[in-house]
Amino acid sequence: MIQTDIIIIGAGPVGLFTVFEAGLLKLRCHLIDALPQAGGQCAEIYPKKPIYDIPAYPEILAGDLVDNLLKQIEPFNPGFTLGEPAVDIKETDDNQFIVTTKQGTQHQAPVVAIAGGLGVFVPRKPPIPELKKFEDKGVAYIIKDPEKYRDQRVVISGGGDSALDWAIYLADGIASEVTLVHRSESFRAHPDSVQKVIDQSTLGNIKLITNAEVKQLHGEKNLKGVEVCQKDGFGSLIETDHWLPLFGLTPKLGPIANWGLDIEKNAIKVNNALDYATNREGIYAIGDVNTYPGKLKLILCGFHEATVMVQSAFKRIYPDKKNVLKYTTVNGVKGFE
Amino acid sequence: METIRLNIIDRTGTEHQVEAPTGMNMNLMEVCKSVELPVEGTCGGMALCASCQVYIETKNFPLSRNDAEQALLDEAWYVEDNSRLGCQIQITAELDGLTVRLAPVDEAIDIDEW
Repeated sequence: MIQTDIIIIGAGPVGLFTVFEAGLLKLRCHLIDALPQAGGQCAEIYPKKPIYDIPAYPEILAGDLVDNLLKQIEPFNPGFTLGEPAVDIKETDDNQFIVTTKQGTQHQAPVVAIAGGLGVFVPRKPPIPELKKFEDKGVAYIIKDPEKYRDQRVVISGGGDSALDWAIYLADGIASEVTLVHRSESFRAHPDSVQKVIDQSTLGNIKLITNAEVKQLHGEKNLKGVEVCQKDGFGSLIETDHWLPLFGLTPKLGPIANWGLDIEKNAIKVNNALDYATNREGIYAIGDVNTYPGKLKLILCGFHEATVMVQSAFKRIYPDKKNVLKYTTVNGVKGFE
Repeated sequence: METIRLNIIDRTGTEHQVEAPTGMNMNLMEVCKSVELPVEGTCGGMALCASCQVYIETKNFPLSRNDAEQALLDEAWYVEDNSRLGCQIQITAELDGLTVRLAPVDEAIDIDEW
């Protein structure tokens, strides 16, 4: 069991900055995120996009903002449980919370801060007949263990980084046959990856089919083949053991919706006049995941919410201790050993 | 600033007459959200999520997509020849009287299957 002062659910910019503000109050934090890396949307969806409304930064790339935040919180040495969505919360008799991830990792703390943004990023499903029938029987939306595809025939669909990166990886001595199907001739993925796929296709290691999409699945119990239709209407059947539709991720509020919190329009209602507390004492919600009259979904507003929230968290954890607001310019940043 | 009128057909087929200002630097996704039509606009308007996909129902309306929009529509679902991303359509006077229909929303996997 991981023990800490504040469990932060969501390692996006607001969750990360919470570690800093909590650290100034000598509170330790542990972050949980479903994505395998910190940074939330900034890292997953738009790392190379500029942000213009971070105070004192006329322009900063979302990825750089995350890197800077990670550097800023380094002295406070936060814990991370990454690649695991938080699915369950239980309250103990002594007012502690136990947050459990889908993989079973348990965390205990007197305070939980939900900084979950738009929710958990989950793969999008293509609208194809009989898709459900073949899930885990040849169709998968996430590659958990690449070894599963050793000496197997694999068809991958998509034109983004995930689709191309996996096509390159699996074609490098793992799968016996890799086919990449994409609806267009241009790719959204990183130009380096696109060039690699083209090179591997020339060498015959990846079979590249553009201007086409998988329209139908074949097989009885397990997937046996996919029907690929070209834009010009020409269709062909490709025999395969696996089809991996990798079309990117979309956020879902997920299990948090069932944690007994007041929810309004897919967001958690909080007390904005005081401390961003939810209706459950000890659980706060900050950043894009919360809602209140006048709410603005901006990173800078989330930073403010985090700062105010940790003051209230301190009072809950140390009801008898006095806390005086200290300025970092005067006192510096004293991290944890 | 002037106000234009748009006809937005929601996913149940109901038509909504919506007024939108031209001088507010708004796009069609934002207009839909402002009148509480069921458009998520998940990525905030960066042409990265396709949750604001619409079909342009007005005949002969120019459909030029920008590069980022085209790249995303190459990967999105339910894409038709008249598909556009609402977030990439700026509200201008030329749009007065335009009719659009909201495209179906993506299905995602459950956390349980994750």
